[in-house]
Amino acid sequence: MTPVRAYGGTLVLYTLLIMTALVFVVPLFWVFSASLKDTQQIYTFPPVWIPTEPRFANYSEAWNAAPFGRFYLNTIITTFFGVALEVVNALLTAYALVFIRFPGKNLIFIGMLAALMVPIHVTILPNYLTIASLGWVDTYQGIILPGASVAFGAFLLRQHFLTLPREIPEAARLDGAGHLQTLWYVILPISRPMLVTVTLVSVVTKWNDFLWPLISTNSESMRTLPIGLSYLFNQEGASQWGLIMAATIFVILPVLLLFLRWQKHIVSGLTSGATKG
Amino acid sequence: MDTDDRSLNILTIFCVPSIVPSMVMRKTEHGVGDTKKRRIGREQLLFLAFIAPNFLLLGVFTYWPMLYQTYLSLTRWDMLAPTKAFVGLDNYTSMLGASEFWGVMFNTFYFTGAIVVGNLILGLAIAILLDQRLRGRNFVRSFAFAPVILSGAAVGLVWAYIFDPNYGLMRTFLDLFGVPSPDWLASTRFAMPALIIVYLWKSLGFAVVIYLAGLQNISKDLYEAARVDGANSWIRFRHVTLPQLSPVTFFVVLTTIIQSFQAFDIIAVMTGGGPAGATTTLIWYIYQEGFIAFRAGIAATAAIIMFLLLLIITVLQVRYAQRGVHYS
Repeated sequence: MTPVRAYGGTLVLYTLLIMTALVFVVPLFWVFSASLKDTQQIYTFPPVWIPTEPRFANYSEAWNAAPFGRFYLNTIITTFFGVALEVVNALLTAYALVFIRFPGKNLIFIGMLAALMVPIHVTILPNYLTIASLGWVDTYQGIILPGASVAFGAFLLRQHFLTLPREIPEAARLDGAGHLQTLWYVILPISRPMLVTVTLVSVVTKWNDFLWPLISTNSESMRTLPIGLSYLFNQEGASQWGLIMAATIFVILPVLLLFLRWQKHIVSGLTSGATKG
Repeated sequence: MDTDDRSLNILTIFCVPSIVPSMVMRKTEHGVGDTKKRRIGREQLLFLAFIAPNFLLLGVFTYWPMLYQTYLSLTRWDMLAPTKAFVGLDNYTSMLGASEFWGVMFNTFYFTGAIVVGNLILGLAIAILLDQRLRGRNFVRSFAFAPVILSGAAVGLVWAYIFDPNYGLMRTFLDLFGVPSPDWLASTRFAMPALIIVYLWKSLGFAVVIYLAGLQNISKDLYEAARVDGANSWIRFRHVTLPQLSPVTFFVVLTTIIQSFQAFDIIAVMTGGGPAGATTTLIWYIYQEGFIAFRAGIAATAAIIMFLLLLIITVLQVRYAQRGVHYS
């Protein structure tokens, strides 16, 4: 514990704590509150904190103002397959790098590290040209595949596999299990927490992804939730805050629920590597 | 903050010392013979099969684009014409000679610099607060981290509403101090500060959680020893806490730079790079040149510059870290 208390009394500390809480809680509260306000309560100053007569029609109107059902479907499809490919790739790559003998394995590992040095947003232009020449603009594979390779997740899993006792997979191999069987029946069950972490980070990243789905799609019917939300705002603008805030809830609610349920895994996944130095 | 997992990484590599020993190949076990040799042959095929899908995708969507982009940066092309005109280094010289580009660089460093400073100071301050034995601190920690995982587009819209000069919460807040609300997003002077506030709000939880873990890793004995030597709390903070946290600070700085260089969705929904280019950062410039103005050569050149800048920042940080950081 850092020695602050010597200075300020408990009262000061609690005041600071409450102020910090307000900074993060109020904007989130504000979205939910505004999503239930009618136009009159939105366009008034000083603002109304709790709508007197909650207007749930904002949600149905937002849902119908743009094809949000379709946006959900697109986001679920691209997230599901994107995450599945990424996790399978991470698992297979990490397993091979740790448990299968191969000459010059270090070089392959270094090649993977090199990929980490290329931020994903740097390659949008050539990647667009690639999927355009494949005829994949406005397709699910065009949205999914460029993000389906994995360096960081493979790196994390590899670090984890290196901590496992060597005897476990070797015993399985001696009993006649192939590498795929060893991976599935032996390594996976004892690596579950790490796997959940890698999966959740991938889910959150793909659900929120913005720049690539924006570039790789043209038609409204292929937009994902964040893109659809942004187009709805361009269309309705600042004249319909109630409706826009309801649509915002469509985008953030699933991720918030995920966060409530698996907070520990998500936080540790996103901050991993920070304090091991 | 983008939760893009690729950006967290560079540093992880430098901070995880176990890489080096593990890169040394394991000794093969004893036992020779034909069966063994054949098994190794099969094993090698299996190894290739395991890594093939991943490296195929990395090849097509990471390695190849960097090569192709380097070539594109040497051409002039509108993304429609069948041929690209080779212009050598013209894109680089004309870009580095244009004030527009330096404006973009200024915006990029203004944004990134403010986010880094904000994350370090506020992140550490809030972490120290949450490190005290206070009721409800876990609740506050959760709420502080939640924005990190929310869609940047959604967060941008929430704040566009908060910054509404007539009906927004920010006006209510400024009213408490009798300050009139500027028209944040429409003003060349206030649009960038508004974006900085939003991005700071979204990314701060990350720095807080990392600093908190760092604080909890500091040995209590160090504080005891300092106390015995008669150090007051400021001296203990200055000479125990801060030096002990320097690897953590290093991580936060590097990650924040890489992430905020790539902040796109918030800019896209809140300002679209405007007004009058006041919030056009490097990533927005790449998008605008490539996908709105269809100047592929310029967009590729800007992307190469961004890649090199991030590479240089990484190298500088690692150099500095080797000299200046106190590892326990």
